[in-house]
Amino acid sequence: MIQIENLTKVYQMGESEVRALDGASFDIDKGEMVAIMGPSGSGKSTLMSIIGCLDVPTSGKYILDGVAVENLDEAKLAEVRGRKIGFVFQQFNLLARTSALENVMLPLTYAGVSGKERQDRAMKALGRVGLAERMYHAPNELSGGQQQRVAIARALVNEPAILLADEPTGALDSKTGVEIMELFQSLYKDHGQTVILVTHDSYVARHTNRIIKLSDGQIVSDEVNANPIKAGMPRTEV
Amino acid sequence: MLFSENFKIAIRALRANKMRSMLTMLGIVIGVATVVALLSIGKGATASITSSIQGNGSNLLTVSPGKQQSMHSAGQSQQASYLYYSDYQLLQRTLVDNVAAIAPSYQSSYLVKYGDESFSVGVTGVTQDYQDTRSYTMAEGRFVSDGDNKSESLVAVLGSQTAEDLFGGLTAIGKTISIKSVKFEVVGVLEAKGSSGFISSDDVILIPLETGYNKLFGSTATYNDKKIVNSISVSVATTDAMDTISAQISFLLRRSHKLTSSDELDFNVLSQADLLNTLTTVTQTLTIFLGAIAGISLLVGGIGIMNIMLVSVTERTKEIGLRKAVGATKNQILTQFLIETMTLSVLGGIIGILLGVGLALVFKATGMISSVITADSIILAFTFALAIGVFFGLYPAYRAANLHPMVALRYE
Repeated sequence: MIQIENLTKVYQMGESEVRALDGASFDIDKGEMVAIMGPSGSGKSTLMSIIGCLDVPTSGKYILDGVAVENLDEAKLAEVRGRKIGFVFQQFNLLARTSALENVMLPLTYAGVSGKERQDRAMKALGRVGLAERMYHAPNELSGGQQQRVAIARALVNEPAILLADEPTGALDSKTGVEIMELFQSLYKDHGQTVILVTHDSYVARHTNRIIKLSDGQIVSDEVNANPIKAGMPRTEV
Repeated sequence: MLFSENFKIAIRALRANKMRSMLTMLGIVIGVATVVALLSIGKGATASITSSIQGNGSNLLTVSPGKQQSMHSAGQSQQASYLYYSDYQLLQRTLVDNVAAIAPSYQSSYLVKYGDESFSVGVTGVTQDYQDTRSYTMAEGRFVSDGDNKSESLVAVLGSQTAEDLFGGLTAIGKTISIKSVKFEVVGVLEAKGSSGFISSDDVILIPLETGYNKLFGSTATYNDKKIVNSISVSVATTDAMDTISAQISFLLRRSHKLTSSDELDFNVLSQADLLNTLTTVTQTLTIFLGAIAGISLLVGGIGIMNIMLVSVTERTKEIGLRKAVGATKNQILTQFLIETMTLSVLGGIIGILLGVGLALVFKATGMISSVITADSIILAFTFALAIGVFFGLYPAYRAANLHPMVALRYE
């Protein structure tokens, strides 16, 4: 699903160069649930934005679902984002004063899906996250957990190749956070959805089956997590 | 993405900040309303001048003294030139075909008294033919006759405004007024012709020309012992003959004034069309000037829109980032913001047009200023508003479209 080879990203900060990514290489297969971990400044945000096609690498190769992404132009990149990637953000990023249904319909609008089909698919996606009854509510009428579910429905509505979540539980209390993790796990287990979680929280990371750790722009470990935490079980610190 | 989708997004965004949207729109509303109202007033002035000139009869040629002012001669001192009563007699004798009437006139201002009322009025010495050339109709009494001229009678015909001023609506016929201490009997009052702001045909006193020469005007009306006239009105029988008659007048007067072919004419032969052209040029300049002032207020409104849109783009940075993350291209973001600006300006334009038309109608209804609402001024104002929307919307929209999605998403 994802092939990344020797990826680098260099930012020019005034006089000095910052190597946010310094030769990262890994593959992610279809149907995997992976966590990308690292402290702030480790380059995980940069990696996430490149995986999410929000940014292009300075050098290296990135093949997403058979498409070489690293040298696509702006319009093509936007199309890839819309069709192959579902984003979930820490702050939900829902449009204010806009119903849950219309928020979920947004990616379909840009993908050029017509009215009736758009609505059907958005309703189905909201059903999958358990929010079918609240689809006409605006974000300010929904709880944090519900807002994140709407965001997940929005990410799923285009049936993306990968679901890319950036600290998805960071703005939620622990109980709601667990519910969201449960949702991610069920998407992965029951629907074979490829999920990539970007987090600094090792507890969150251990819900996945594979953990890639980053430090100073380089991959320091890439290990299979044989016993992922099952969300909903009592939290135990190791 | 469909236009209607973008339009819905725009309306939603504008409604989210109702007060702000309304204040922003106000700039365009005022600008467009002034453009429409001022252009209507300009057009109204043109129309009323046109109708008042046409009221004089369109087949009228007016001969007046004076060199045609050209750029190089304007500064030089020139010998005063005159038209003489003998010129009139020459034209009267010579021009026969296609001429309906020829009327000389001499005008000067005098203090006019009746009872306690006294003020200065232009007194014009005329002949009977003057009535036809100027298309005067009588409200009461009679016009100056050939007999009055022959006998040098002390009779006067009043313009409707003058009659009103002197007699305040009471009967004027038979009353005696004094012009420069000379007593005249009022024998007629003219029908009102209306004024156009520039020319008033109603504020006049007409007396027999011969009476004037001998009893009122004195030495100012002569030059080298020859009686002078201010103008000679020639009423041409058909419009087709205008050019021929005009040329004949020029030829005859050039010969009688002993001008060689290289001399400039010391008189002008103007048709009503010429006069109309001159005045139309004036009012058009005025209209353009008024329109330009209104245009500036539109420009200021446009800058207001741009300002607000820039604020809006900054406020909605995260939204823009999100839209890009879910697949919006640069062009789609650009279109979205452009449509938002255009919605503001077009809506403002429509309200402005309604307001402007309303203002013009109020002006018209109160009778203060004549105004004519034309489709082209409305189309012009609307197009201008739309263009301003596009012009001032492009930069904010361009800024929004070029936000880096990652940076936009992280914006706090």
